[in-house]
Amino acid sequence: MNSLKQMFGGNTRQFGMIFALIALILFFQWQTGGNTLTPTNVINLFNGNAYILILAIGMVLVIIAGHIDLSVGSVAAFSGVVVAIVIRDWGIPWYLGIVVGLLLGALIGAWQGFWVAYVGIPAFIVTLAGMLLFRGANQYVGESNTIPVPQAFQYIGAGYLPEVGPVTGYNNLTVLLGLLAVAFFVYQEFRSRRKAAQLGSQLPPLWVSVAKLVLLSAAILYVTSLFATGRPGTSFPIPGLILAVLVIIFAFVSNKTVLGRHVYAVGGNRHAAELSGVQSKRVNFMVMMNMSILASLAGMIFVGRSTASGPFDGVGWELDAIAAVFIGGAAVTGGVGTVIGSVIGGLVMAVLNNGLQLMGIGADMTQIIKGLVLLIAVAFDVYNKSQGKPSITGLLTRNFGSRSKPDPTPYGSSQTEQPVGTKEKISHDV
Amino acid sequence: MNNHTILEMRSITKEFPGVKALADVSIEVQAGEIHAICGENGAGKSTLMKVLSGLYPYGDYSGQIFFQGKEVQFKDIRSSEAAGIVIIHQELALIPELSIAENIFLGNEPTRFGVIDWDYVNRTTLELMARVGLSEDPVTKVKDIGVGKQQLVEIAKALNKSVKLLILDEPTAALNESDSQHLLDLMAGLRSKGISCIMISHKLNEIEQIADSITIIRDGRSIETLHVANDGVDEDRIIRGMVGRSLESRFPDHTPTIGETFFEVRNWTVGHPNIPDRLVCKNSNFHVRRGEIVGFAGLMGAGRTELARSVFGRSYGTFKSGQILIDGREVTLRTVPQAINAGLAYVTEDRKSLGLNLLDDIKSTTVSANLRKITHGLVVDDDEEYRVAEEYRTSLRTKTPSVNEGVSKLSGGNQQKVVLAKWMFTDPELLILDEPTRGIDVGAKYEIYGIIQKLADQGKGVIVISSELPELLGLSDRIYTIFEGSITGEVAREDASQEALMKLMTASRKSA
Repeated sequence: MNSLKQMFGGNTRQFGMIFALIALILFFQWQTGGNTLTPTNVINLFNGNAYILILAIGMVLVIIAGHIDLSVGSVAAFSGVVVAIVIRDWGIPWYLGIVVGLLLGALIGAWQGFWVAYVGIPAFIVTLAGMLLFRGANQYVGESNTIPVPQAFQYIGAGYLPEVGPVTGYNNLTVLLGLLAVAFFVYQEFRSRRKAAQLGSQLPPLWVSVAKLVLLSAAILYVTSLFATGRPGTSFPIPGLILAVLVIIFAFVSNKTVLGRHVYAVGGNRHAAELSGVQSKRVNFMVMMNMSILASLAGMIFVGRSTASGPFDGVGWELDAIAAVFIGGAAVTGGVGTVIGSVIGGLVMAVLNNGLQLMGIGADMTQIIKGLVLLIAVAFDVYNKSQGKPSITGLLTRNFGSRSKPDPTPYGSSQTEQPVGTKEKISHDV
Repeated sequence: MNNHTILEMRSITKEFPGVKALADVSIEVQAGEIHAICGENGAGKSTLMKVLSGLYPYGDYSGQIFFQGKEVQFKDIRSSEAAGIVIIHQELALIPELSIAENIFLGNEPTRFGVIDWDYVNRTTLELMARVGLSEDPVTKVKDIGVGKQQLVEIAKALNKSVKLLILDEPTAALNESDSQHLLDLMAGLRSKGISCIMISHKLNEIEQIADSITIIRDGRSIETLHVANDGVDEDRIIRGMVGRSLESRFPDHTPTIGETFFEVRNWTVGHPNIPDRLVCKNSNFHVRRGEIVGFAGLMGAGRTELARSVFGRSYGTFKSGQILIDGREVTLRTVPQAINAGLAYVTEDRKSLGLNLLDDIKSTTVSANLRKITHGLVVDDDEEYRVAEEYRTSLRTKTPSVNEGVSKLSGGNQQKVVLAKWMFTDPELLILDEPTRGIDVGAKYEIYGIIQKLADQGKGVIVISSELPELLGLSDRIYTIFEGSITGEVAREDASQEALMKLMTASRKSA
């Protein structure tokens, strides 16, 4: 009975998100007559949205710290055009171009971070100014022209894992990545079970772990097979690879490092954090700077994909990134949010975009639907904030990079999701 | 109740979850008198006034209120104001960016055909200002006049609502000498026009000067009502009423082992963070010895917290001058991290807004002030975090099913234990505990006292700031008193009594 309750009980953020994502995919698969889950479409989906997801990774940290960044689209465009010009006019190789772009991002981030953290101007204002400033700078520097980038540079935006090794009918590197991912999750799950046992805390039942791993492995292997069997010359895209690496790094940083802890602390209660010795100004500076570096990277990937930098690159990206973060469970008031959640939130938006497109629905209706989805996702969350019971997906996603702590419900509520163990304990006591 | 009684509150009882804030409190106010309510911080004065003004609506408390002979059941502030009861809070409820006239008529704007009748507003404002002795242009913005004048605007606003009973909560706390005197004169003037006043104040000299009768509240009970004319009341008599409770064995037995002085603050002067020229700490000197528990006594707003926080890495106010010596060597603590590294810990009085991230869980809160200690390279060691949190949970006996629990789920006492654990984990030499038992039930208080004594026995210095004199007397080895930003006395445990402390904390002119 208890297990059944755990399977189906209640609604957590992750429950909503993952099920929405799966339901959306299945819905579009049905509506488009199987055109959604094809290798070509899935590859396109990743290629076309990687830069938004990269922005979402930076944006979630900004939002956890209690700020917002409206300038990311303009910063991306500015970095893109500068890198394109530098490569063309200075004749430097593509990889130095990337270094220049990242350094420029750091510089822009330092500029915005300075105003936010040390002068104390709200990030909304600073980045609204930045949005205008760097859009203008993009068009000034590029003279509102399209500036092409060389073939080699396009690899970061439109490249694929190369074919190596024996001919298997699959792209070998993609298959290898998929298998590594499965191995990682299996290892991770059993490690966390062993640890929990050592510390004497209550374990979720074994079948939950096994079910979780079976479902997850099946999903990963299925997606892997899609990527590995694309048109000749295509496989797992490089932007997807960059995204995956960034997700791993930032999920790790936000959960496991002092800096990550400090971001949550500053967003949760800045005064308490300061009185505990957290240098909140430095934290704010770092998240703003990091955001601009990631925006630069996203801009370069986009330029690589579209083979040229243009005056209207990145228009509206900030809103897509912010929407992804809030669909992903972050709170406007700060202190709450996860990197993984934001990426899932971004995928929900991406799948929605893609599916509606495949169905031949116009941009007008697509925007209306996206707007409603954002509103409903957050409203659903507010509505459920008092019912933080663990669901099957809550359990399934409990240890994947999400902070292994009770996930506080967003929107300033102090309600927290109870870990399974304590829930059981309480119900026994009662 | 006789014909002259304007207000009677009968057997008022108000409970908060786990705390009885008011138990069977009765008070009777005569028409045309100034009635003072006295009591220590937390005695229940403000709660009683919130009941009266309808902030705690009828049904939220038990007991009866009679106003002008009829039983009244206020359901919000509007209904009490309609009856003629107006409360002026310590923190003024004026809107700084609006003019005096706009503030006076806020929520009560006279209109003609839906348009505000500014002629009437300005004319009436001038009349009202004349009544309270304020000469300003009605269109002056409230932020541009001083606190004393703002107080008068509040009273003018009350008069405009045809007030019959005016409640003033600490009206002179923020005022200087001459503004205070003006306000007291104004109250006497209102009395002669038949308006009754209830006045809550810590300034006993003012009460002695102006009040007709005094009701004393202690621990949520009304103790006695003194009539100034008949009973020959003076400050000592009031103090006796306010503190007259016995010290039961509310403290664990403890024999201090006191070492040499290791922490010393000299000539510490700090300015207000926003108001230039206003000092929150004036030339303060104090020291702490190893193994010693030092109490800081002072009424709310006296500058205790400001002193403590300015010492703790200048986290409050603007530093003017002064020295900190640790083990005889002068140190400069400009930031909180420097203060923590120097071995200081500060546990705030305001647990919810300054002490805890309520979104966080117990284990990460416990390690949050000393993350470095459990970090290898860049990575926080989760296992170590859990182990440390468990250790403190056991040793401080924090009641929680698990250290994975969110801190927002804990009771006040257990939250305080988590905060203490957080600071104990930084292994400090000097702990400054600001109101360590505020909002905590009696049983948990006892445990926290035990923790404090244990810390002292480990050779650490402990400063306890408290509004509860019995707590300071029961816990401290030595007590400093603070009044208006200055240290007004230093009393050894043997010589300390509540009366003596209260004198040093209130009547600076007498003791000086």
